[in-house]
Amino acid sequence: MDIATMLELLGKGALVSLEIFFVTMVGSLILGLLLCLVRMSKFVVFRLLAKFYISVMRGTPLMLQLFVVYFGPYYIFNVNISPSYKLMAVFIGFVLNYAAYFAEIYRAGIESIPIGQYEAAKLLGYGRVQTFFYIIMPQVVKRIIPPVTNETITLVKDTSLAFTLAVAEMFTIAKQIAAADRKVTAFVLAGIMYYVFNLLVAGAFAKLEKKLSYYR
Amino acid sequence: MSLLQINHVEKHFGDLEVLKDISLEVEEGQVLAIIGPSGSGKSTLLRCATMLEQADGGEIIYDGLPNAVTATRAQKKEIHKYFGLVFQNFNLFPHRSVLQNVMDAPMRVQKLEKEQAKAAAMELLKKMGLEEKADSYPQQLSGGQQQRVSIARALALQPRILFFDEPTSALDPELTGEILKVIKDLAAEHMTMVIVTHEMNFAKNVADHIIFMDKGVIAVEGTPEQVFDSDNARMREFLGKLEA
Repeated sequence: MDIATMLELLGKGALVSLEIFFVTMVGSLILGLLLCLVRMSKFVVFRLLAKFYISVMRGTPLMLQLFVVYFGPYYIFNVNISPSYKLMAVFIGFVLNYAAYFAEIYRAGIESIPIGQYEAAKLLGYGRVQTFFYIIMPQVVKRIIPPVTNETITLVKDTSLAFTLAVAEMFTIAKQIAAADRKVTAFVLAGIMYYVFNLLVAGAFAKLEKKLSYYR
Repeated sequence: MSLLQINHVEKHFGDLEVLKDISLEVEEGQVLAIIGPSGSGKSTLLRCATMLEQADGGEIIYDGLPNAVTATRAQKKEIHKYFGLVFQNFNLFPHRSVLQNVMDAPMRVQKLEKEQAKAAAMELLKKMGLEEKADSYPQQLSGGQQQRVSIARALALQPRILFFDEPTSALDPELTGEILKVIKDLAAEHMTMVIVTHEMNFAKNVADHIIFMDKGVIAVEGTPEQVFDSDNARMREFLGKLEA
């Protein structure tokens, strides 16, 4: 197979990888914030539940979680699963997993904001929601950029785990080409594409970090 | 007319009694200084009065408002509008410019129009000698300038009483002077103020009433002359240590 054809096939796979990436980023950043708020709730039961959830999601392989999400409906609830559920299962599995990591990153960020910021806001009459969104979160965002960058780079590479459910993302396709071709060229090309994408990710976060460096 | 009445306030942290049966009154236009050694309870008293700490008993009554010690959350929000607080560490919002720090609460909390809030904020910054710093960020300012911004921020909400929690403790002596001057100017305008301070000379000069606290009680109180000439043993010991 020539390189051009290979790139075309890999490109199609890359689009699926990108889709997994973006859905996971948006979904898990939002779900992670909610999870973090539950994790920091004043109700002990909620706090413990969130803590347990996070510990399970971080403590077991993502690959295993993908299997549970995909096969679970059939084996546990006896629901018939259609092949079209595969990509959905990948989305769900990734979002549920990454939300756990992001929740802990948010928590570290929120806990690092000095109590004086809350006290000043309270004395100035800001409500709790106003304080959170106008005063605390903007500062949290700045502080959590480095760990979020780390997670995001890991996510780019983790999208390849979707191959375990035979979703046609870039790595799955590279594997198929390599098997048919009996050469590793497709793997090398895929590796380069992952790397380039991560360069872009790192660059974008560095830019954001710089933009927020107008204050400490 | 008294703007604030504190009656028999108590506060403990665990077994430690930090405030024991504290009563005092703040009159309109009065400058009250609270002095005393570390651990005497003066900061805790101020934090209880401003509801950053919950007092365990007694009454804290701002003119015409419900008792702050037993107030509901909604009532507390109302009571908070009555006074302002200047913190020892400024607690400015680092991600907002100087101007935004001053005009944001009037806009978001008091729902003032943007132009109106901005004009009022610029007026206050001018008064603090910081109009050319309006677009700077807090970290770009000296400690004294930051503290002046935080005073402007508190004044922007037009409080009836302004509290100061050791406003010069985080500043070197040179910068301390500029804050003391601002407070003096406010006193000349009859701003009602309650100041917890370590600056004895300043307390003597600017306050018309001084409270000396020791071990959770008001040990001596009165005019500056009465307090500084008092023969209370703890007061003499405290002043002696300062001179040494």
